Amino acid sequence: MPIDFLPVFLMVAVVVALSVFILTLSRLIRPDNPYPEKNRPYECGVDHVGEASGGLFKVQYFVIAILFVVFDVETMFLFPWAVVLSDLGLFGYIEMFVFIALLLVGFAYAWIKGALEWVS
Amino acid sequence: MGVLTNRFQDSVLFTTSDNIINWSRKSSLWPQTFGIACCAIEMISAGCARYDLDRFGVVFRPSPRQSDVMIVAGTVTRKMAPIVRRLYDQMAEPRYVIAMGTCAISGGVYNTYAVVQGVDCIIPVDIHVAGCPPRPEALLHGFLQLQEKITGTRVLRAEPDTLPSPEGA
Repeated sequence: MPIDFLPVFLMVAVVVALSVFILTLSRLIRPDNPYPEKNRPYECGVDHVGEASGGLFKVQYFVIAILFVVFDVETMFLFPWAVVLSDLGLFGYIEMFVFIALLLVGFAYAWIKGALEWVS
Repeated sequence: MGVLTNRFQDSVLFTTSDNIINWSRKSSLWPQTFGIACCAIEMISAGCARYDLDRFGVVFRPSPRQSDVMIVAGTVTRKMAPIVRRLYDQMAEPRYVIAMGTCAISGGVYNTYAVVQGVDCIIPVDIHVAGCPPRPEALLHGFLQLQEKITGTRVLRAEPDTLPSPEGA
């Protein structure tokens, strides 16, 4: 019943209207005076040093985290699969190996790309 | 400056809006957590429970992006001057400066090659709080003075002599 969701739609409308109103009002009233020194990244008033000062730096943990999630999900599927394996029969047995093989392709790709090498 | 800043003639609507804007500005003067020298001890004391700057809406912020007021609390050396200037530049507008103590006002006893002779040399100062160091009550008074200065500022209304006269002359 769409009418049951009327309060939700009303809330969405109020939230959108209120945020548009606040942003427009502050845009009209606030002083707007950007200049390079003001737009610099805040670094306690001193010049930036180190590898992160360029704005771009290598996110090593990201790839590792993705790989972790992939194998985490794989393990999550393996446990229920193992419980009902006798009911699934040969088809389910082979199906899971296909699934693991697909994930291993991704793993091999990441390995070849050097995702497991830690660049210090 | 802003889209609507200093664009309107005096009228009930815009004097009232200016009053509301100035009231909100003066009621939430957030200073930077930024102490240079010994005056900072008095500044910390003013912010703590005994003197309690919070009751004026003065809440210390850790970043210049969130601050409205810079309290220059102490001797500004020439080495520190560019950093003070940059922190001032990185504050959001409208921004105000309180020069706290004799050293920030004029260099104080440090009349040497290494000390900036008054923070006015590098940033515009709104309020000078005299003392060596000023007591927390003096800093409180400085904040009240600053609030008084903000009251009556023309935000949306134009300065009286910048508008064309009604006759079109």
